[in-house]
Amino acid sequence: MTPITPVHYMVLSAALFIIGVIGVMTRRNIIVILMSIELMLNAVNINLVAFSNLWQNAAGQVFVIFVICVAAAEAAVGLGIILAFYRNKETVNIDEMSLMRW
Amino acid sequence: MGQAIAFYTLAACILGFGVLVITAKNTVHSVMFLVVNFLFVAGLYVLLGAQFLAVIQVVVYAGGIVVLYLFVVMLVNLKRPPEAHQDRRRRGRLGVTCSLVVLAELVAIAAYKYVSPAAGLPPALPMGPDNVAQVGMLLYTDYLIPFELASMLLLVAMVGAIVLAKRDL
Repeated sequence: MTPITPVHYMVLSAALFIIGVIGVMTRRNIIVILMSIELMLNAVNINLVAFSNLWQNAAGQVFVIFVICVAAAEAAVGLGIILAFYRNKETVNIDEMSLMRW
Repeated sequence: MGQAIAFYTLAACILGFGVLVITAKNTVHSVMFLVVNFLFVAGLYVLLGAQFLAVIQVVVYAGGIVVLYLFVVMLVNLKRPPEAHQDRRRRGRLGVTCSLVVLAELVAIAAYKYVSPAAGLPPALPMGPDNVAQVGMLLYTDYLIPFELASMLLLVAMVGAIVLAKRDL
């Protein structure tokens, strides 16, 4: 069995990212779409940690902390928007969220 | 050998639960699969020697963010679940686009494998067993200003979430 190289981690990261992209594009439930975005952020984090391990430089892990921080902020604000929208329109289907389309 | 077995097991679980997250019909099931996915990603971090990040992943992602999602799924009490998109041609085009993107990425990765990587970042802090100390040292010296900005971002997000979710100001 070949040793595990950074290429393995990159392929895993690409696959997880594509799973997130497919989730964003095919699902209509906005909560699932936000979860797919979390999957994509996790794919990016895997990449950062793999390269941090490759270069033996801890800066990549610091960036992962920032990404997690932004993901937490994004989840809080996004879910707040979803709650506010649901209170007005009684839906979480993004096909019905076209208030600002002209 | 042991590392390879651990990697392939973790990778299979991460991808499998990732697919389950986006295919599950019930949103609560999706959230549960997301928790398992995050836990396996934390295992991958341990494998890569980033123990501090593994703990952060479990505490912040699997403990905090996912509970937030669960709360919203329960507050948004759906009488009729939103259906998936049924347009077949759109699905087909989407599949082709995504596969092409994957193909491009994999080709880029393979090309990277045969081109020798660029000669060198300066090794700022060689990583040893004391992972937490190194991350903390970087966080409070080189990355102090981004760190403070991140804390401001969290504060703003907290205020914004309260304002958005509050029924009447």
